[in-house]
Amino acid sequence: MIPGAFDYHRPKTVDEAVGLLSSLGDDATVVAGGHSLIPMMKLRMAVPEHLVDLQDLDDLKGISVSGTAVTLGAMVTQNELIASNALAQACPIIRETALQIADPQIRYVGTVGGNVANGDPGNDMPGLMLALDAAYELVGPDGTREVRARDFYDAAFFTARSDGEILTAIKISAPPAGHGWSYMKQKRKIGDYATAAAAVVLTMDGATCAIASIGLTNVADTALFAEAASAALTGSDLGDAAIAEAVAAAKAITNPAQDGRGPAEFRTHVCGMMVQRAVARAAERAA
Amino acid sequence: MNEQSTPTSAERVEKLQGLGSSRKRVEDVRFTQGKGNYVDDIKLPGMLFGDFVRSPYGHARVKKIDAEAALAAPGVLAVITAEDLKPLNLHYMPTLAGDVQAVLADEKVLFQNQEVAFVVAEDRYAAADGVELVEVEYEGLPVVVDAFKAMDDDAPVLREDLEGKTEGAHGPRKHHNHIFHWEVGDQAGTEKALEEADVVVEELITYPRSHPSPIETCGCVASMDKVNGKLTIWGTFQAPHAVRTVASLITNIAEHNIRIVSPDIGGGFGNKVGVYPGYICAAVASIVTGQPVKWIEDKIENLTATAFARDYHMTGKIGATKDGRITALSCNVLADHGAFDACADPTKFPAGFFSICTGSYDIPIAYAGVDGVYTNKAPGGVAYRCSFRVTEAAYMIERMVDVLARKLDMDPAELRTKNLIKKEQFPYTSALGWEYDSGDYQTAMTKALETVGYTALREEQAANRKAFEAGETRSLMGIGVAFFTEIVGAGPVKNCDILGLGMFDSCEIRIHPTGSAIARLGTISQGQGHATTFAQILASEIGIPAEDITIEEGDTDTAPYGLGTYGSRSTPVAGAATAMAGRKIRAKAQMIAAYLLEVHDNDLEWDIDRFQVKGNPERSKTMKEIAFASYNQAIPGLEPGLEAVSYYDPPNMTYPYGAYICVLDVDVDTGVIDVRRFYALDDCGTRINPMIIEGQVHGGLTEALAISMGQEITYDETGNVHGGSLLDFFLPTAVETPVWETDHTETPSPHHPIGAKGVGESPNVGGVPAFSNAVNDAFAHFGLTHTGMPHDHWRVWKTAQGLGLTG
Ligand SMILES: Cc1cc2nc3c(=O)[nH]c(=O)nc-3n(C[C@H](O)[C@H](O)[C@H](O)COP(=O)(O)OP(=O)(O)OC[C@H]3O[C@@H](n4cnc5c(N)ncnc54)[C@H](O)[C@@H]3O)c2cc1C
Repeated sequence: MIPGAFDYHRPKTVDEAVGLLSSLGDDATVVAGGHSLIPMMKLRMAVPEHLVDLQDLDDLKGISVSGTAVTLGAMVTQNELIASNALAQACPIIRETALQIADPQIRYVGTVGGNVANGDPGNDMPGLMLALDAAYELVGPDGTREVRARDFYDAAFFTARSDGEILTAIKISAPPAGHGWSYMKQKRKIGDYATAAAAVVLTMDGATCAIASIGLTNVADTALFAEAASAALTGSDLGDAAIAEAVAAAKAITNPAQDGRGPAEFRTHVCGMMVQRAVARAAERAA
Repeated sequence: MNEQSTPTSAERVEKLQGLGSSRKRVEDVRFTQGKGNYVDDIKLPGMLFGDFVRSPYGHARVKKIDAEAALAAPGVLAVITAEDLKPLNLHYMPTLAGDVQAVLADEKVLFQNQEVAFVVAEDRYAAADGVELVEVEYEGLPVVVDAFKAMDDDAPVLREDLEGKTEGAHGPRKHHNHIFHWEVGDQAGTEKALEEADVVVEELITYPRSHPSPIETCGCVASMDKVNGKLTIWGTFQAPHAVRTVASLITNIAEHNIRIVSPDIGGGFGNKVGVYPGYICAAVASIVTGQPVKWIEDKIENLTATAFARDYHMTGKIGATKDGRITALSCNVLADHGAFDACADPTKFPAGFFSICTGSYDIPIAYAGVDGVYTNKAPGGVAYRCSFRVTEAAYMIERMVDVLARKLDMDPAELRTKNLIKKEQFPYTSALGWEYDSGDYQTAMTKALETVGYTALREEQAANRKAFEAGETRSLMGIGVAFFTEIVGAGPVKNCDILGLGMFDSCEIRIHPTGSAIARLGTISQGQGHATTFAQILASEIGIPAEDITIEEGDTDTAPYGLGTYGSRSTPVAGAATAMAGRKIRAKAQMIAAYLLEVHDNDLEWDIDRFQVKGNPERSKTMKEIAFASYNQAIPGLEPGLEAVSYYDPPNMTYPYGAYICVLDVDVDTGVIDVRRFYALDDCGTRINPMIIEGQVHGGLTEALAISMGQEITYDETGNVHGGSLLDFFLPTAVETPVWETDHTETPSPHHPIGAKGVGESPNVGGVPAFSNAVNDAFAHFGLTHTGMPHDHWRVWKTAQGLGLTG
């Protein structure tokens, strides 16, 4: 449990950080809260020769909420997501999800940027960002670009971010006031990644579901946007038949690995249960 | 003016904080301030670090070890392999179970993460880098991971070093992967009684491989002083004296030249009883380099290479009359010991005290047979917070009684009550030969059932089952009852020894002139609070306040010889030695008091903290006054000073017991279990410190929850170990832990000087079957007889699915 040798860099600006990544090349990795990266280094599954620490980059800090436009700096900690009342007002599912990540000690240090950039299907934020149709702001040697979360995840630990880029912010257009939401996660214990989890956001138009959006966590080699499941609810009355259709559609796109949480069959089943329960809860909460 | 009112008897008792006082733990001041001194806190000048190269394979031939690159790395000083240990005859070491274990793999590895080479470096970072650079060439061999296939005709030979050895440490071996067969009881008679029984139930009950997983892993600092030839090892040792003797035997260093010190220990639970390759390698490295060498395991190494627990496959068979009188019990066990037999049982008991498996019931005839086998798994088989193999036995009998209850369509509590050994039967000799010292089981059972409102709970469950049937709920209520009897306090020297060392224990007391004292014991606390409770025993015996008594353990240069702390033996054995040594002090004190008061010894009586003249209590001498006199008066016929030592060989084991009830709800759609209520009634005889007892019960129940709901070390068909990190291995936090309701009855042990029986392990022994019975009970009305542990989400869901409940 001892990492290999590495050099440590602590840039003061985004430009400096991007410059370091360019000059150090492949052997450099950025570190944010370190709560995914450092365990991997201790197991020597990651052996970066240079760590570029982002914690002095003030531009990557802070939460801004203006109407439905929400911007989360990459270095916002998971605890700050929970603490922000403005955020809970505009987009309450973020707090609900953050509260289900690990434990308080980890959330005080782990960042939202690290959580979405990591590319681990077990992380909870990517599934949520897929449901919210968030966009990630990336800054690299060639400037700034935005990538939708729905275009970001390629495979486990492979994302659209190139090695020279830093994820600087997450941009979310919050669903309209009165929307329903729920993040349902089944896990074995505190500090465990999901057996399966589902993020559901709904907007109702009277008795009809105007828009539904579902993201899934840890049931494939990336987080999944459950497009067909979302479509099954959109325009429906959220009755048993529609929910059953959504559950079936969600289960159909899963491809979980067997692990200590159970065989694939079970994890797919739990994914269905989480979708079913999250839809019911979101429907209850929708105005 | 300075007239002080004489304290009342009650005030004097209060001041002593002796037996029965919920005195705060004196250890906690340093622990809660982060001021403990654990082995990894020890830093010596010039100290080096060792780290292991471990096998990635479960079974393979070691073709070549190339250490060149490692030796060239900065800070790396040496790479030790079996070849280096051979000339010293240290490539194998004796295990506590009479087998040998490879210190470093000798031509072949037998389990994943086995120790292959030991890298010694200037710091732990360099050592870890060195480990990465050692290149080992392996040739994979077929593995045996299923104990049931270990003795197949064509099973690969695991222990080539034992080739041709048909006689093992415990009798004949019938197969190359067989370790021992051990049996007790009347097999033919039991078979006959089973045949004649009205009903018979049979079930394979597996207790999965688990691990004690103390928060602090194993480790040591070995320091060879080349000037005086003395080897000192500080380490995580639950039995420091035994380690010293074993170290002397295997290294040929004279025993007086070895000093073993156990500093603060961060939990042991049986994991720190054995001798591990790290200790030997650190000692060898220190001898070779002349520098102190530290070795500390990481968590993965601890979970995958140092002693596991359980892994027992138990086929139980119970016969009974139609109305529920148990007439016979038989149990055949297949015991998976891994690659080396490194159990830590008393030598004559290769299956520990498994024969306590008749439990708390008056069973006229019984038989137990155990076969140990080798597999490609880590060695161990230690008593994880229990006496030797007692949790296995309790789990088997408590599950089997529930299985019988289903068959008879009887309430499990009623069936138990009907078969409990009766108060008037004590001392009770069980069919398998144990003499239970004392008990009042009926009273405990009745109190438990009444306190939880058992009848109402069963009514609520009936309503829940109706609602489930009607589709109104997807949750099933389960009620688990367990009544366990532990057997602890090993043990009488006539039948209990470890490698020939009798399992007595000891206490040495020295009273200082001003009336405070130090007592040293052969045991070692790993969180049990000995410094608190042993001082309480003494306070009551010798009338010196507990706060004025220092308790010291763990340094073999100063402590009297003892066999250490595990198997709930400290209070039954060392606690008894403490009381007996205290009584010797008091006997001498009486003579001193008689001299001072100018009366005959017999004219004095003991009163709390003093001797007083019978019929004239104003004439008295307190222990404090007597202590001073012992140092400054020339008393005819008496040596100066006030000291005593006692080596206590217990006449019998002690038999703590308890009634536990668990109520839980199972979500059949997710397999998630919610423990709603857990009630634990313990009878551990005389209660020394009720607060510490409660703490011990809380800790033990939490481990029972962990084991029954999620702790498991498994191996896949290629020999890869799973569950070997805290990502998977379930260590409950406060969030997963339910509220524990504790209760007690108090039936003293008749043969223990203060009547105490030991409690640290009871909650693990009784807790596991209570949880498991509750989960099984939730599904019982659908015809389920047994579903195994751990009851994690997916297995519970699978059980529901198997019963057609998941839709
Ligand atoms: C015991 C434990 C339990 C956990 N449980 C959960 C859980 O239940 N759910 C969950 O979601 N997570 C869990 N985590 C992970 C935790 O949330 C991490 O904090 C998070 O995954 C990564 O964020 P970080 O800030 O720590 O990133 P780091 O560990 O520093 O980085 C993670 C990866 O992302 C890259 N990276 C980080 N920030 C940026 C950036 N701004 N731009 C580009 N790349 C970047 C790093 O290079 C690295 O590859 C757990 C962690 C632990 C130790």
